[in-house]
Amino acid sequence: MNILLLTLVLAFIWATITGTFGLLNLLLGAAVGFAALFILRAYLAPPRALRQIRRLLSLMGLFLYQLLLSAVRVAAIVVRPNMRETLRPAIIAVPLDVKSNAEITLLANLITLTPGTLSTVISEDKSKLFVHVITLESREALIADIKDGFEKKVIEVFSNDG
Amino acid sequence: MIVIIQYLAAALILVGSIFALLASIGVLRLPDLYTRMHAASKAGAVGAGFILIAIALLSNDIPIILRALAGFFFLLLTTPVSAHLLAQASWRAGYKPAASTVINDLDAEIQSHS
Repeated sequence: MNILLLTLVLAFIWATITGTFGLLNLLLGAAVGFAALFILRAYLAPPRALRQIRRLLSLMGLFLYQLLLSAVRVAAIVVRPNMRETLRPAIIAVPLDVKSNAEITLLANLITLTPGTLSTVISEDKSKLFVHVITLESREALIADIKDGFEKKVIEVFSNDG
Repeated sequence: MIVIIQYLAAALILVGSIFALLASIGVLRLPDLYTRMHAASKAGAVGAGFILIAIALLSNDIPIILRALAGFFFLLLTTPVSAHLLAQASWRAGYKPAASTVINDLDAEIQSHS
């Protein structure tokens, strides 16, 4: 995606949020968007292939489904009369294969919004993510779940081989 | 058709409010901040999200629909960040997880740092 297209998208989002689609407002949005892009130009990712967009969409689909599931599950836990016996909270260190800040951010956010898990702390060398689990089954199962599920998908979205 | 959309939106508002209610019950009942963030971030986000989608369905106004959907998107984008920051800040501040916590790998981390 080049800067021009991104500016147009940002102008559109600006018009969406401010609620008026007049020419002046769109121009203002484009100006603000371009200023933001100018500040962030060093961090903008290189162009993405169409396949990566498809991977991103599949990741979003998986994510929305998991989010609904997690809300239902946590809701089911808190209405139980014997809630405290059901809980098995634990903080587990999950070794990370993803390296870049963007990948770690995406993965941590996905973990937080999926069933039973919450990202807490990232170790200073970015090699481990400490995940809080509300009902722990086993450490190995949790780590395997994250590595085979979301981490794999995140790597797919960000890899440039496609 | 309009009636169907209205019933759908009403159902979404109802389900969304129930999720929001359960999220607040969770915040009250769960033992520590880390477990509470589970309830607040997941059930809370889904509850508010359902209500925003209902607003998008009910209003026949394109800017309002777009803003409701943008709100939904930004809600999903920002909720996990604030939950993560709260959890990280409370750990940094020395807030210990509840005694019922079975495994705490962070304890080992603290020892290796000091």
